[in-house]
Amino acid sequence: MTGRDFYRALVIRKQLILAALAAALFLSLCTDLALGPARYSLGEVVDALLRPGSVDERIRVILWEIRMPVALMAMTVGASLSIAGMQMQTILNNPLASPFTLGISAGAGFGAALALAFGVAIFPFAIEYVIPLNAFVMAMLTSLAIYGLSLRRGVSSETIVLLGIALVFIFNALMSLIQFFASQQAVAAVVFWTMGSLTKATWPKLWISLTVLALSLPLLARRGWALTAIRLGDAKAESMGVKLRSLRLEVLVIVSLLAAISVSFVGTIGFVGLVGPHIARMLLGEDQRFLLPGAALSGALILSVGSVLSKIIIPGTVIPIGIITSIVGIPFFLYLILSRRGTSW
Amino acid sequence: MVSLQLTGLSASYRGKKVLSGISTPAALRGGQLVALLGPNGAGKTTLFRRIFGLLSGPGQIMIEDATAARPIAYMPQDNGAQPVLSVYESILLARMQGRRLRVLPEDHAEVERVLSLLGVAHLRSRNVGDLSGGQRQMVNAAQALAQQPQILLMDEPTSALDLSRQIDLLSLLRRLTRDEGLLIVVALHDLGHALRFADAAMVIDQGHLAACGPTAEVITPALLHQVFDVEARVEPCSKGAPQLIVEGRATPQLATA
Repeated sequence: MTGRDFYRALVIRKQLILAALAAALFLSLCTDLALGPARYSLGEVVDALLRPGSVDERIRVILWEIRMPVALMAMTVGASLSIAGMQMQTILNNPLASPFTLGISAGAGFGAALALAFGVAIFPFAIEYVIPLNAFVMAMLTSLAIYGLSLRRGVSSETIVLLGIALVFIFNALMSLIQFFASQQAVAAVVFWTMGSLTKATWPKLWISLTVLALSLPLLARRGWALTAIRLGDAKAESMGVKLRSLRLEVLVIVSLLAAISVSFVGTIGFVGLVGPHIARMLLGEDQRFLLPGAALSGALILSVGSVLSKIIIPGTVIPIGIITSIVGIPFFLYLILSRRGTSW
Repeated sequence: MVSLQLTGLSASYRGKKVLSGISTPAALRGGQLVALLGPNGAGKTTLFRRIFGLLSGPGQIMIEDATAARPIAYMPQDNGAQPVLSVYESILLARMQGRRLRVLPEDHAEVERVLSLLGVAHLRSRNVGDLSGGQRQMVNAAQALAQQPQILLMDEPTSALDLSRQIDLLSLLRRLTRDEGLLIVVALHDLGHALRFADAAMVIDQGHLAACGPTAEVITPALLHQVFDVEARVEPCSKGAPQLIVEGRATPQLATA
């Protein structure tokens, strides 16, 4: 067998895995659309998707106007958080890095709580978007703080995750403080926000998230070879001509944007950014040309399935999806911590 | 042919000067195998990192007649490997840095070429993390060669190889300088190998250039005494090739109780 044949077999296997993920995602999307107060068959959903003109007006409105933004938001946010987590793990060389464990989600929650409880706007414009804007600014500040700390000499990747966890505690304490002083109504709003819920999804928010995702993907893909090389260790990557410092900063800015936009629109949805990338790594390996779309698809699939679960666990009630992902994600998180051997992951 | 001229090259690490004023008397030219010699901690790795652009500092690096977009490749010392890619993928990865995302037939051809040049084609589907130190060193060399550089800097590429592999690799490097006009600078600890394979030698001692020139003129008893603190002679062997005979340490250092 020549090297080319060996490589081709490798590539075909990965392409098939990506195709399977995409198919599973489409199936999950249809299921997600079919479920709700009024249930439809998968056939009706597919009809409404492919030929919106041919179905009953009521079905069209329910599927396209009400359920579609929520279902697509689940996929977009899942993909965004998963990519963000995957690249944070890559550039910080740490399997436990994700928007959630590094405190970026908690920072966003704090920003949102400021707006919800006291009407504090960090940017006093676009008043209808005060909550997501606050959340966004705090999320970006948190990730820049993490990056600044990571540049200090003697700071290991383990330290960075511990710093992230310290940030989570700090923001949680500040949130408690806000809740202590806030009105009862505001407390309820803060609590609901931090649970993370897709019901906040609307078409405009979806378009913003989708645009950021669509712009990020080619920018990250362009750095595919360099990002793959980082996984061989800094010394090796440098010797291949990778400019580590500028690459890390560039990627961190992009993925912080992805994470911040997602969290600011739907609230704290934990563990997708951790579990999604690990599933993609297990299935596809480290080559970013496959890992990047793989992480996007697996993250989208997790949240889409989560959205389905949130509707069927208690019929008639939609459980906030952040709760679902945490219940599923925490055991996986523990498994990652306990099964870590050596430096490879 | 490509040439490399260093003028007053210096570098500092954590405020301490580790290279000072390294200048090559004449440009190092393509077609030469140059041995970079010096005791541990002399600054050989620092010099490589400075030339490759990983460290900044005063001084000039002049590369002339380079036709490649990235004329220099650098093979660092082996620091173990993350077991994340197969040998084939890791060599392809080194080649594709700074290039398009799409892998073309010529890229595969180049990876295959260096795999067989280095005699590691049978390892292509193995995970890099599962290789022995020596095998990994050959793969590291393949990664550097697959970038098709005109100047190749190699930091102790023979340190984990058995004797026959050391000879294989150094013979191959010498052949590449002759056949393809490469300039290869290779850090070595074995002065015998340097005498046998290298056209020229640069000796670094405590961050300074101690000598630079044709190998046989550089490796002299006086230099060995001054830089390496050993008593040694260079004598022709029965076939007339210069051979290094080390008699012992000039000033005993370690306690021999």
